[in-house]
Amino acid sequence: MANNFRRGLSAAWPICLGYFPIGLSLGVLAQKGGLAPWQMAAMSILVFAGGSQFIAVAMIGAGASPLAIVSTTFMVNLRHLLMSSALSVHFPGVSRRFLSLFAYGLTDESFAVNMTRFNQGEWNRYSALTLNHAANTTWIVSTVAGVYLGQLVPPGAAGVDYALTGMFICLLVFQLRSAIVVTTALIAAACSLLAYLWLPGNAYVIVASVIAATAGLILKRLLRKRGTACE
Amino acid sequence: MSNRDFLLLMLAMGAVTYLPRMLPLVVLSRRALPAWFAEWLELIPVAILSALITPTLFAHSDPRLFTLSKVELLAAIPTLLCALKTRSLAGTVIIGMLSYWGLGLMK
Repeated sequence: MANNFRRGLSAAWPICLGYFPIGLSLGVLAQKGGLAPWQMAAMSILVFAGGSQFIAVAMIGAGASPLAIVSTTFMVNLRHLLMSSALSVHFPGVSRRFLSLFAYGLTDESFAVNMTRFNQGEWNRYSALTLNHAANTTWIVSTVAGVYLGQLVPPGAAGVDYALTGMFICLLVFQLRSAIVVTTALIAAACSLLAYLWLPGNAYVIVASVIAATAGLILKRLLRKRGTACE
Repeated sequence: MSNRDFLLLMLAMGAVTYLPRMLPLVVLSRRALPAWFAEWLELIPVAILSALITPTLFAHSDPRLFTLSKVELLAAIPTLLCALKTRSLAGTVIIGMLSYWGLGLMK
C-alpha cells in the first residue's frame, strides 16, 4: 500500500509542477474579477477543471448568466467522456464507490499519465488515485495562493509554463508503439489543427480524437482483413 | 452575485463536469465491451494526446492562426529527441522547460 502511494506521488510531480503556475495565474485573474479566496477554493474543489475555470472566471466577471456559464462548462469538459471510457478497461469489476472517487480527479493530465503507467505496468488503481489527488491538492492550493499573492510571482520563471507541454510530448512518444498508432496520431494532429482553426471553443479535442481513432480502427481492420486474405 | 447563488453555480458547474468523468468509468468497467469498441478505445489515448498538443505547437490562440514560428514548436524539437532517446519523463520535462526558457530568452 505504501508502495502504491509512493509510486503515485512520484509520477505526479510533472503535473504538480505544471499546475502550479497555471493555478497561480487563475487565482490572479479571479482576484481581479472580484472573487474572494473562499470562492476560488469552492470552485477549485467543486469543479476541478482548469480550462473551464478560466472561462468561468471571465464569464462571471463579465456578468454572464448562470445558464450560459454552466452550459459552457459542460461543453468544455465533455471531452472527459472519452477519457473516462478509455480508462474503464483498467478497472474491471472495481467498486462503484472507488470509481466515483477516482473519476473526480480525471483531467487531461492525470488521464495521460495514468493511461501510460497502466500500459507500462507496476501501476494500480491506488497509485492512480494517489496521483489524481496529488494533482487536485496542488490545483486547489495554487489557485487560492494566486488570489493572495499571484502578482508577486514573475511570469514564466525557468520555463515552468512548458512543463505540461513537455509532459504531453513525452507521453505521446511513449504511446507510439505501432504503425497504426503513429498513423492515428498524425491524423489526430491534422484534424485537431483544422478543427482548432475552424470550430469555436475546444470542440477540436473531441472532434479530432473521434475522427482519428475511427480512421485508425478502420485502417487496422482493413489491414487485418487483407492479411488473412493473403494467407 | 450572492454567496448562495455563487455556491449553487459552482455545484451546477461541478455536476456537469463530474458526470462525463464518472459515468463511462462506472458503466463500462462492469461489462464486456465488443471487440471493435475496445480496439477503438485503445486508440483514443494517442489521439487525444496528439489533439491536445498540436494547437499549442502550431497555432496562435487569439486570433486562432496557423504558424510555424512559435517558441513552443522550437522547444518541442529537443523535447521530442530527448523523449525518443532517453524514454525518461522526468528528463524530458526538464529538457523541455530549459529549452523553452532558453529559446524564449533568445527571441
